[in-house]
Amino acid sequence: MKRTVIPEIKKELIHKLATEDTREDGRSLLQFRELKFETGIIGTANGSSRLSLGGTEIIVGVKVQVGTPYPDKPDQGVLMTGCELKPMAHPSFQGGAPSEEAIEIARVVDRGIRESGMIDMHKLCIEPEKKVWMIYLDIQVLNYDGNLFDAATMAGVLALHNARILDINNPEGEKVPLPITSWPLTVTFVKIKDSIMVDPTFTEERIANARLTISMDDNGDIRAMQKGLNGALIYDDAIRAMDTARELTFDLRARLQNNP
Amino acid sequence: MNEKIRLINDDGLRVDGRKPDELRPIKIEAGVLDNADGSAYVEWGNNKVIAAVYGPREVQPKYLQNSAKAIVQVNYNMAAFSGDDRIRPGPNRRATEISKITAEALENVILTNQFPRTSIDVFIEILEADAGTRCAGLTAASVAVADAGIPMIDLVPSCAAGKADDQVVLDVGKLEDNIGQADLPVAYVPRTGEIVLLQMDGHLTRDEFEKALNMAIEACKDIHALQQEALKSRYSPQKEGGDAE
Repeated sequence: MKRTVIPEIKKELIHKLATEDTREDGRSLLQFRELKFETGIIGTANGSSRLSLGGTEIIVGVKVQVGTPYPDKPDQGVLMTGCELKPMAHPSFQGGAPSEEAIEIARVVDRGIRESGMIDMHKLCIEPEKKVWMIYLDIQVLNYDGNLFDAATMAGVLALHNARILDINNPEGEKVPLPITSWPLTVTFVKIKDSIMVDPTFTEERIANARLTISMDDNGDIRAMQKGLNGALIYDDAIRAMDTARELTFDLRARLQNNP
Repeated sequence: MNEKIRLINDDGLRVDGRKPDELRPIKIEAGVLDNADGSAYVEWGNNKVIAAVYGPREVQPKYLQNSAKAIVQVNYNMAAFSGDDRIRPGPNRRATEISKITAEALENVILTNQFPRTSIDVFIEILEADAGTRCAGLTAASVAVADAGIPMIDLVPSCAAGKADDQVVLDVGKLEDNIGQADLPVAYVPRTGEIVLLQMDGHLTRDEFEKALNMAIEACKDIHALQQEALKSRYSPQKEGGDAE
């Protein structure tokens, strides 16, 4: 990923457009790309989703299996989030063990979901200290064109809502949804020169100085944050980002919920 | 032991209602990914497979490069959520073997001598597995190679035959694979008549083997037509009537 070179002339164009509140693809700085999704696409998974955000395309599969709880949380279920950036998704991605980028994405997505309290971990306990439900959320990137954080979080949340598991009290009956309620979402910003924009494309991510991902719960409260890249943000950037994220997540959430 | 579950009923139909020589429904789409040089998506029964191709490009790692021809590297991988139990990400012995035989099958048809010192990298992701993933993977991979514009002698269709309830059957399904008597994956190049992938496990007599092999080869020809169709509909400017006379 680091080897990809963006031509100077393109950087200048992006800088210039940003001062006019627009971008290469015609969006305004605080506008997301086209969002498309479907759920329940993988028969072998308990829950699944396929989501595209502009040119970024992701499949998330949720597998729920019985396992043993962690000793320090004997009466709680387990959530494990994994992400792999496979060569399929972009020529710069390498095979083998998950890269730093992949691990960061998995952890940021995981944190947003976990910290929001979306999943009632206590209700995933089957028998304290012995048996709990383990939720494996695996993020598979098919095509990479920037902003994997937001795309993976949305796809993950959709797949969790789509998931069905065995009813412990009535194993013969219909499968039941996971004990989840809310729709935590993230908004990712990048700073390019002095401009702040959301939902960066691959090119925008490459030339950005700093990145900020904000996870928000249903009420618009902050549940997690992650700054990335080696540049800096100023105080005003963070505050403005907060307000923007709040507005945008309300809008995104409504779109995800209205299309079950 | 398996007497309780019958794989073929009195009408000669299999557990999923197919006749012994009937394929599951197959859907092939070429050019489904933007970043890859070539790609293809295959739905085969409940199998869902996506294949991506890069190349010819620089060889990684370098010492693998061949001064006379391109090398073909395949990575077959089952997604964590593709099976009954969650599959731990990363390579395992099964995936390594399938990657190897798939690469060898593709090398037979790709004109590798035109691209010395380069690598053609094929990535096969099994998104949902329903028996016969290596055949679906190779079928998808060869369409993806063609979609990448890499010169090749022919596409490589692949299909398995097998044996269930003492009968030779085509395109072994999941239950048949688990409790059936044999599985015989085949890949066949229609243009040259060559078999470029052949594996088998289970138990077949000589006659059964011949019957199964013929069945698989005939099916490969049908799949070959579907592969061609997928490429045509990707590259023809307007929708044509196809081969429907």
